[in-house]
Amino acid sequence: MSQHKGNDEDQGAAAGKPRNRSYRTFRDGLRVAMSVPGIILFASSAGFGALANDAGLSLFNAVLMMATFFALPAQVVLMDQLARGGSILAGAAAVALTGVRLVPMVVTILPWLRDDRPAVWRQLLALHAVAITAWLEGHRILPGVPENRRMHVFLGIGTGMIMTTLVGTTIGFELAGSVPPVLAGVLLFLTPIYFLLSLMKAATLAMDWLAIVVGSVMGPVFYVITPGFDLLLTGVIGGTICYVAGRRLDAVFEEPDE
Amino acid sequence: MSGGFLATPEAALIIVLVALLAHEPFRWLGAYLGRGLAGDSEIFVWVRAVATALVAGLVARLVLFPAGVLEAIPLAVRLTAVVAGIAVFLGARRHLGAGVFSAAAVLLALGILAK
Repeated sequence: MSQHKGNDEDQGAAAGKPRNRSYRTFRDGLRVAMSVPGIILFASSAGFGALANDAGLSLFNAVLMMATFFALPAQVVLMDQLARGGSILAGAAAVALTGVRLVPMVVTILPWLRDDRPAVWRQLLALHAVAITAWLEGHRILPGVPENRRMHVFLGIGTGMIMTTLVGTTIGFELAGSVPPVLAGVLLFLTPIYFLLSLMKAATLAMDWLAIVVGSVMGPVFYVITPGFDLLLTGVIGGTICYVAGRRLDAVFEEPDE
Repeated sequence: MSGGFLATPEAALIIVLVALLAHEPFRWLGAYLGRGLAGDSEIFVWVRAVATALVAGLVARLVLFPAGVLEAIPLAVRLTAVVAGIAVFLGARRHLGAGVFSAAAVLLALGILAK
């Protein structure tokens, strides 16, 4: 140990101030899965697992869905659509609309992930990990990481988050089938409340709050009028109205809504 | 498309195809555009409004018209739990864990009482 230059371990082991511990390696990134955001992600993917069980998916299909999408809203949109016997194409279109929000996430995280020796599989894995939790944690942690270690740390964060959701999905799926109905109901309830509060957490503009209110009202109305296309229409019509109205509001108040 | 369809390999194929054709490409597109586009471009403000409204609509649908077991819990209980979750979340300086946990606890308590 004395000969070996153990910089990474030294920094990490001096855990007097856990807030300031430095992130250097893949394993440091993995450990983020044990933090509060990781635990919330675990609980919400357990909610997804329960929802999947309730909707009639096999455990394999539920885990497959979690792994291939790694974005809970898109998964629930498609699953709910299929479970209600809605059109697959309309479901895919709604999935795409939720997926578009990943574009700006990738664009803004990319400057932190300059890779000096890019390998395609690493790029693809890092991109696949981009979803709200890993994105937020990336933005929180990466600025304090030495430039040449950032890709490693982010891959660790992403891998840890993906594994967390796969385990969470499995546990939620199994629990939903074996606990009393009231507890299963609570598990199912984790998904909508987590989505709703995540939207509120991310809200910075008046437009965001407006979109939350308008979407919640418009969604059920369109569900009754045009089931199967309700999410698509809520997103495009409601979102566009909120965008236009929000831009007007910003012009009036100048200061973004708290 | 009844009952067991979602447990079949055909459903697995649909899942993978939709993920690969309608979802994952947006991550690749972000990497492609990332060289020339700022993350705060105006188009993304609109994208965020659309995605926010869509997900809010999904939340309302899941709470108001649940498809399965959640249906057994009365609507009033579900709505009370949502309001409690929002209240604690906002009161605790937008702490996600506190809000989600409170909503779940209220749903559990009232759900047991309502039986």
